[in-house]
Amino acid sequence: MDALAPTPTILEGPSLRQRLAAYGFDAVTLLVVPAAIFSLLLFVYPFAFGFILSFEPKAGGDWLANYKRFFSDPFLYETIGKTLGLAVPVTLLNLLIAVPIAFRVRLMRRQRLLTTILVLPITLGTVLVAEGLLNYLGPQGWFNRTLMTFGLISQPLKLVHNYWGVFASLVITGFPFTFLLTLSYVTGIDPALEQAAATLGASAWQRFRHIYLPLLMPGFAITFCLSFVQAFSVFPSAVLLGEPAGLTRVISIAAYQAAFEEYDYPMASAVAMIMGFVQLAIVVAVLASRGLFYRGPASGAKG
Amino acid sequence: MIRDTTIGSKLWAAAVWTVVGFFVVNLLAMIATVVTSSFATRWLGTWLPIGWTTRWYSSAWSEFQLGDVLLVTFQVVGAVVLISGVLGVTAAYALARRDFAGKRLLVLLFLLPLLIPPITFGIPLATVLYRTGLAGTFWGVVAANLVPTVPFVILVMIPFIEQIDPKIEAAARVFGANTFKLFIHVLLPLLLPGILAALLLVLVRTIAMFELTFLVAGPTSQTLVVALYYAVFAAGVRAVQSIDAMAVVYMVTTLIWLIIALRFVNPTQIVTRAKQQPAH
Repeated sequence: MDALAPTPTILEGPSLRQRLAAYGFDAVTLLVVPAAIFSLLLFVYPFAFGFILSFEPKAGGDWLANYKRFFSDPFLYETIGKTLGLAVPVTLLNLLIAVPIAFRVRLMRRQRLLTTILVLPITLGTVLVAEGLLNYLGPQGWFNRTLMTFGLISQPLKLVHNYWGVFASLVITGFPFTFLLTLSYVTGIDPALEQAAATLGASAWQRFRHIYLPLLMPGFAITFCLSFVQAFSVFPSAVLLGEPAGLTRVISIAAYQAAFEEYDYPMASAVAMIMGFVQLAIVVAVLASRGLFYRGPASGAKG
Repeated sequence: MIRDTTIGSKLWAAAVWTVVGFFVVNLLAMIATVVTSSFATRWLGTWLPIGWTTRWYSSAWSEFQLGDVLLVTFQVVGAVVLISGVLGVTAAYALARRDFAGKRLLVLLFLLPLLIPPITFGIPLATVLYRTGLAGTFWGVVAANLVPTVPFVILVMIPFIEQIDPKIEAAARVFGANTFKLFIHVLLPLLLPGILAALLLVLVRTIAMFELTFLVAGPTSQTLVVALYYAVFAAGVRAVQSIDAMAVVYMVTTLIWLIIALRFVNPTQIVTRAKQQPAH
């Protein structure tokens, strides 16, 4: 290099430091390094490790043995259907209730009280909701008692230790989550668009169908995905409120049992990978259909 | 605002509010059930218990070793809040101030632990922690809980940092402040509301984080929510009222922090990260 550059003082380009700075790498950028290393160590590495481990069956056999076992044992592969049977209806129901309510609440001046009440079940968590519902929905609980007092039913409904117990707990924790997400999308749309439609004589339903719905579809898709993923990974309430050996044996129970009851970590990793894959498949399918809808600015500009 | 005065729209509004009312009433009644039961002497087949007592609290306190469990819970939560604050705020500063190659990939890396449910990445994470011998210990629980909280702090803090004028920092630099002084004397006071909000949310989330703690905790590193799960799981061994007393202790612990947090943040922020930032 020296031979080719006889006058280095003139030809010398910017230093390495300056060149890196031009790409945005300097001392400040290095501040991101600790968090990045942390994420790689505790998130990416375990995932990769689990992925590889799932191809190394504990009992021997070929590299796909864990997956073959999962898809040949009805006790295991049926968990996918059972989990979907809970997660999809719950998510759809939550979204369908959340949308009209969000449209009402958006007009309210004082939303804070309602949003605070709704944040309660999210912060208390699924374990507490499960414990509360066990009493509340039980045969002697206030819910059945009220229905019987009004003469709506003669026998207490069986609402815990079955599908409906888990369903109820997913609505209690899932609905506020879905609603608050929906509300933030609904309030993000400029009301002037609706007013313009109203001026032109559109009815409330027409305004929703032709103005809001197309604009909100991408937001609804994301809300659906996030709520679905939460519901799909239901665990404590499926054990406490459901029938963990039967109808509500969801996929996370199968993964947990493989890991902590059979101590078969490769199998548990395989189940976790399958769980992640199903979630990913649904999310990708929903987000791909988002491309069919309008994308562009909808929030109001100043003026 | 558009006012609809037709009968149809009024009926529709009434129906919507009925659904909201039904949900809120059931939610509050569920919480009231737990509280009532924890003070009940005997409660079978009646609207209200036969008598009232507070003895379940003392029996729950000794049966479930709540003193130890609460101590561990606060130690875990304190460590998680501190570490995620330090790692998260520094990383958020770099991400807010610099554009560099691979930044989008890095943001995606921080977004994923928040989008993927804890139980999905918790199982491989627990496997790794058991192999390294960290699982079952205090630091194993802290490490597992940090996985979603560090990204959470980063994503809440980025918009906060972006809205601070870089000229203020430039001025501090002109007067000879080094990076550390800049952080302590200029950025920290300006960012304090944001940091406080983010860390309070981390605190509330960590107290209620069941899955990750459950998967990696050992007998001496259980937090309150995991102890509550085991108590409910083994229901029948202990009196229902005793478990409910423990549930009330858990509720109070969470709600105190939630009330404090709500003074600084909008409730919607607990779900949607920093969508509506208060203008400072």
